Amino acid sequence: MEELVIIGNGMAGVACLEQILKHAPKFNITVFGDETHANYNRILLSSVLAGERAADDITINSMEWYQQNNVGLRLGVRVTDIDPVNRTLTGDDRSVTSYDKLLIATGSNAFLPPISGLDKENVFTFRNLDDTRAILQAARPGLKAVVIGGGLLGLEAARGLQAQGCNTTVVHLLETLMNLQLDMTGGEYLQQKMEQIGVQVLTSRVTQRLLGNGRVEGLEFANGELLEADIVVIAAGIRPNAELGRKAGVTVNRGIVVNDYMETTDPRVFAVGECVEHRGQVYGLVAPLLDQGKVLAATITGNKGPTFEGWKPAAKLKVMGVDVFSAGEVEETPDTHAVRYEDPALGVYKKLIIRENRLAGVVLVGDAADSGRYLEWLRTNADLLVRRKSLLFPEPVADHGQTVAEIPDSETVCGCMGVTKGTIIAAIHEKGIRTLAQLKESTRASAGCGSCTSTCQQLLKAVAPEFEEEGKKVLCGCLPFTQENLREIIHTQKIKSVQDVLDVYGNGEGCEICKPALSYLVDVVWCGEHSEDRSARFINDRVHANIQRDGTFSVVPRMRGGVTSPAELRKIADVAEKYKVKMVKVTGSQRIDLLGVNKADLPAIWAELGMPSGQAYTKGVRMVKTCVGTEFCRFGVQDAVHTGIELERRLENLYTPHKTKMGVTGCPRNCAEVTVKDIGLVGQEGSWQVVVGGAAGKHVRKADLLITVEATEEALNAAMLFFQYYRENANYLERTYDFVERLGIEKVRKETVYAPEKQKKALLRRLQKSKALSQDAWLERSKPVHPTQFVQIQPMEAYIQ
Amino acid sequence: MKWIRVTTTENIPLREGRSVRIGDEEIAIFNLGDRYMAVDNSCPHRGGPLCDGIVSGDTVVCPLHGWKISLETGEVVKPDVCVKVGTYPVSVEDGVISVQYSKRDEEKAA
Repeated sequence: MEELVIIGNGMAGVACLEQILKHAPKFNITVFGDETHANYNRILLSSVLAGERAADDITINSMEWYQQNNVGLRLGVRVTDIDPVNRTLTGDDRSVTSYDKLLIATGSNAFLPPISGLDKENVFTFRNLDDTRAILQAARPGLKAVVIGGGLLGLEAARGLQAQGCNTTVVHLLETLMNLQLDMTGGEYLQQKMEQIGVQVLTSRVTQRLLGNGRVEGLEFANGELLEADIVVIAAGIRPNAELGRKAGVTVNRGIVVNDYMETTDPRVFAVGECVEHRGQVYGLVAPLLDQGKVLAATITGNKGPTFEGWKPAAKLKVMGVDVFSAGEVEETPDTHAVRYEDPALGVYKKLIIRENRLAGVVLVGDAADSGRYLEWLRTNADLLVRRKSLLFPEPVADHGQTVAEIPDSETVCGCMGVTKGTIIAAIHEKGIRTLAQLKESTRASAGCGSCTSTCQQLLKAVAPEFEEEGKKVLCGCLPFTQENLREIIHTQKIKSVQDVLDVYGNGEGCEICKPALSYLVDVVWCGEHSEDRSARFINDRVHANIQRDGTFSVVPRMRGGVTSPAELRKIADVAEKYKVKMVKVTGSQRIDLLGVNKADLPAIWAELGMPSGQAYTKGVRMVKTCVGTEFCRFGVQDAVHTGIELERRLENLYTPHKTKMGVTGCPRNCAEVTVKDIGLVGQEGSWQVVVGGAAGKHVRKADLLITVEATEEALNAAMLFFQYYRENANYLERTYDFVERLGIEKVRKETVYAPEKQKKALLRRLQKSKALSQDAWLERSKPVHPTQFVQIQPMEAYIQ
Repeated sequence: MKWIRVTTTENIPLREGRSVRIGDEEIAIFNLGDRYMAVDNSCPHRGGPLCDGIVSGDTVVCPLHGWKISLETGEVVKPDVCVKVGTYPVSVEDGVISVQYSKRDEEKAA
């Protein structure tokens, strides 16, 4: 067998390798990678920086994959020289390796602009996983971070730093952000959006030198201005890393020159990816590179035929809350004209460039929902004559099933991995795929930036017979609506009681499934101003205690933050003895459970305890588990106890779609185990991480990072925003971990902590309103909702035989 | 067989049940709005208190494991099992609910 050596273990090289392996085994393959990690998804580095994904989560091919496919892997070895005559290459470990065929996939390097002082401490490039880790290590809330470069990568880096809590500024050389992809107006809209999410933008600034003694302290611009900085990230563009092409003796311009078959000027040497120049064009985005890989795989395995025809440039910014898409030409020319749409208040800007009734380019800022359609028009060079009047209007969307049906089979659904609708449909049919995970594994669709996930899900729903999308289901047979519909009905029709919903929109009877759900919905929609009907509630919510298998109840008083006192413990002990409680148990939520209580004794027990309800029986706010934090712990860096107690006070007595468990921990050792709670606060030196959607039940899920903030009040605020958003948008009985997973943390962040101020205020206002109308349920001991709420009825006459 | 005066109607809220001990039996009485119904207050599954269940039409759902019992016939509607609970005739006069009760062995003898 021939020896094939691949230099470069990045996305393009390994994607090409995957394609090569699909052809018959022809080669002994060795891959050289100068990084020490397995192959990972470089596109997602920005989400690692933003804390949305762990470094391990972005691995594409694990070490096992290389073993299973008999691919030799030489990690951490940089190839320094190539001898094309003897067909050998030399590594920086002095190894010499022979090849029959050589594939260069060395990608690109960060371009370093001519700025003096780049060698100072806390100055980083943002190109690979090591860079990302180094930035993460240095980034701390409150630090001043400056990103040099306002292109795609720079903006994504800025968003990541801002998510880490840094005060972040982007410095751009030109007047227009993303000037390669946007026109001036588009750039202005983008700048506004970036500023809205809290990133400062300085344009037309030439950075001349970095200041500081050892560690960077600031920047000096050519106009003499100074800017303070604790961290500087250089993201000023990339340059093809074509050096090895020169050493291999093949033609190199900007990149290694290849023809349509991806051949270089040496028949034994091939190249793919960002290091390649094809028809004068160099590509930096992943989709065309994957296309190159497919062509090259055919050529190199003796199946020469497919050609790479070049792609029109297209780019999508992956910054949450800032939708930007650009493809094809950006500026009008004399033979084109532009069709524009602008709404400054909404921050939406759209421009299509039309040449002879065909799309030549598109710029979308603020709303990129139609990007797929425009990309398709570009690629197919579609005749738009009949659509001329509705170019900027989305196709009518009746329901999702129909939209996906309208996508042509040839249209690319996943731009990152270059997967078409036809490929997805074929895989679903041929391989019996039922879940998104299976689809991802089989076709790689949605394994890139993830923005096509919902389309993939819709395709699964439309085509896979067994696929069931959660949350679209009707509640039960009593009323034919989804919970989303019901919320809307309750709101728009101003219905305030469960029975009214059932009478008007259902069968009038209801059942044990819909009644508690509707009880929750009328409560949350009307922020507590609904008409409460206890007959529609589960018994636990009628008597505010948890029914046990023998029909007795358990009593868990609220013990905020898990903190109690000798007096309180004495009272609990007295009550337990007096009422012959069958068991006293410490719960997993740092509270005390009195088990085996008769219903009739509940009001007296509550009165004697004099403590509020712990809501342990309901779908509501359970506990806030805390560690001792700075109060006593010698490692604590934040006041976990008092923050936890405050969080509990602010949210207690409210109902939620499912039980809501929280935790506050005073340092990253996480003794309060808050990363498996619905809402958690992790104290760090000088800041809090707010995490949501954790689980340690039927399955275990690590909570996602919502935001990192400095002040305790900000952390509480973030928790409250998420809490109310969950209340208003989750299905009844949907835990936060299912909810967050269903929506994606990106969307959750966008709708809560990164939502426009107005939206955040509205969320908090509704939370406050509900809170103001709520009360400790155990106060019903003295004011029962019904005279027989807790009592056993005594017959008016005795039965005498 | 004997009619026993149990309680006044306002003591049982609409679409809820309350239990009452008569002789050796615990009986659950339900207010369905247009009528009152009475069954044994013990689910045939694991003995759950039916009086604490959610009413769905003329059935009640046991709070422990969700068995659904017809208040009309006492039969288990869900799951599909052939067991039933005892039912008792109920009458309402001048706002007072009465239940016709007979002791189990008495009934058998009769």
